[in-house]
Amino acid sequence: MKKVLVIAEHLNGQIQDITYELLGKAKELAQGGEVAVLLMGKDMKDAASSLGAADKVLYVDSDALAQFNPQTYFLTAAKAIEEYQPDIVLIGTTSQGMDLAGALSARLKMPLVAYVGALEDGKAVSQLYGGKMNVEVGLSTPYIAAVLAGAFPADKGKADGTPEVVEMAAPDLSGAKVRFKQLIEPEAGDVDITAQDILVSVGRGIQSEDNIPMFEELAQKLGGALACSRPIVDNKWLPKSRQVGKSGLKVKPKVYLAFGISGAPEHIEGMKDSELIIAVNTDAKAPIFDYAHYGVTEDMFDLVPKLMEKL
Amino acid sequence: MNIIVPIKQVPDLVEELEVDSSGKALDKEWLKFRINEFDDHALEEALLLKEDLGGTVTVIALDGDDVDKALYTAAAKGADKLIKVTGVDAELDNHKAAKALASVIKDMDYDLILTGVQAVDDLDGQLPVLLAEYLGLPHIEVVTGVKVDGNVATVQKEFSGGIVGEYEVDLPAVLGIQAARETPRYVPVAKVRRAMRSAEIEEVNATVDDASSALTVERMFKPETGGGAEFLTGSVDEIAAKIVELIKSKI
Ligand SMILES: Cc1cc2nc3c(=O)[nH]c(=O)nc-3n(C[C@H](O)[C@H](O)[C@H](O)COP(=O)(O)OP(=O)(O)OC[C@H]3O[C@@H](n4cnc5c(N)ncnc54)[C@H](O)[C@@H]3O)c2cc1C
Repeated sequence: MKKVLVIAEHLNGQIQDITYELLGKAKELAQGGEVAVLLMGKDMKDAASSLGAADKVLYVDSDALAQFNPQTYFLTAAKAIEEYQPDIVLIGTTSQGMDLAGALSARLKMPLVAYVGALEDGKAVSQLYGGKMNVEVGLSTPYIAAVLAGAFPADKGKADGTPEVVEMAAPDLSGAKVRFKQLIEPEAGDVDITAQDILVSVGRGIQSEDNIPMFEELAQKLGGALACSRPIVDNKWLPKSRQVGKSGLKVKPKVYLAFGISGAPEHIEGMKDSELIIAVNTDAKAPIFDYAHYGVTEDMFDLVPKLMEKL
Repeated sequence: MNIIVPIKQVPDLVEELEVDSSGKALDKEWLKFRINEFDDHALEEALLLKEDLGGTVTVIALDGDDVDKALYTAAAKGADKLIKVTGVDAELDNHKAAKALASVIKDMDYDLILTGVQAVDDLDGQLPVLLAEYLGLPHIEVVTGVKVDGNVATVQKEFSGGIVGEYEVDLPAVLGIQAARETPRYVPVAKVRRAMRSAEIEEVNATVDDASSALTVERMFKPETGGGAEFLTGSVDEIAAKIVELIKSKI
């Protein structure tokens, strides 16, 4: 029997899927013990009703917690953990979670295992090296696990029920050195890649901006749209609205054609639910092939012209 | 504006990774190392800030594989000072790495620490927040924009779906850089060679006592690829035909 604490994540007032993914896992790890969710926010107490899978919701209300803030959330979570004394703390390997997990581990001297893709009693598997190696670590409680988004099913963490809400006081947050200013919504793109049946998605393997038009043409011939991995956007070869993955968009097309994408966990998160995934990558060991239905190890620059001929 | 940029070398994932005979670590014999790509972005952002505001960029790294080359490359790009921290083996242990770096950085004069948001071997969590906590500084992870005005930085932090949070943070602070505002600059090898002759690497010995991740690695193994892709074989022409057929069957 374990006490498991899940740190809830919300953005724009919406509880994020990762929270349910963690909650489902927490129930399993608790083995009949207690599952609590830490919910930090402002006027968000009602959201506790959407956390029915938990036994308890520890709710902290403060103006300083109205939006995610790396410092105020960290200090509040540290206080809550010290008071609640969980055996296991589950946090998402998300933008928010990355500001909390390590800081909590260092402050509270609780071991932390990151990029967790599998977790059972006393054992976690961390996905390292861009998904090319797994590392299994032994764990004794108390510990913190930072879990990859999509590692566990969200439906297991969704249940009706009315968890007991325990209000906790926030620590003194008046001197916070980090201050939230505003949320900036992404600019709408010319194309909505989440609404396409076919996506041709390109990664760093395309090597040069000069090759974008070729894939644009391929996408058009297929009646789909062009999407990409993050480095393509960082290089400013395509707009942010075309990015698939953790910090981009989650897509679920009928067909996802990946060219020169290695399949880092952050990319996989955004496309793994596509109905048909065909990946082209010269490296037969690229992690993308673990998620693709069909794989091709030919050089894309040999393959694409042939594909065009046939369309 | 004095900026410190901790960098780290990681295996180049283009190479095949193998587990060594212990079954718990990478076989390093054939590995090629390169700078963590996000550290490269942190360095770029630091250099751009220096170009805007003046000041210095100090690059610091724990001793390890091909570290000198990474430090000289940073000098060739425009870093002013290079520090190599010796005496600490922090493989798969960012808690230890962060403590060692903090023990050296704490006595330095700086306004800002920029380092990569993550690295491919962060078994026990990402470095920026660990470092911040050991230095008693505020931190922001997943940063895609930094503007500095006096003692305050305005920082953009990326969430999912392209949503960005804007924050103000009092300096000094540690920022985990996801992407610099420009693609990291490239330096020709000749310039790195020149830097090797002219730049100096200061070596500092560090000792860390109690810090470590407290994790025990039981085994390292390649993910099973059983449930994965069916590979299409034949001539490129045949493969192309098969792909077209697969796509047509779905729409
Ligand atoms: C907080 C955070 C959020 C992130 N969010 C995202 C995100 O939303 N989306 C995202 O994609 N990434 C994201 N990343 C980045 C992610 O970690 C990887 O760096 C990125 O996905 C790698 O992109 P890639 O596969 O295009 O490039 P690489 O990993 O460099 O892969 C390029 C591939 O191309 C192949 N290749 C090269 N030449 C050829 C050829 N001629 N023919 C066929 N194949 C070839 C290579 O074998 C290689 O596998 C995020 C990272 C962080 C830290």
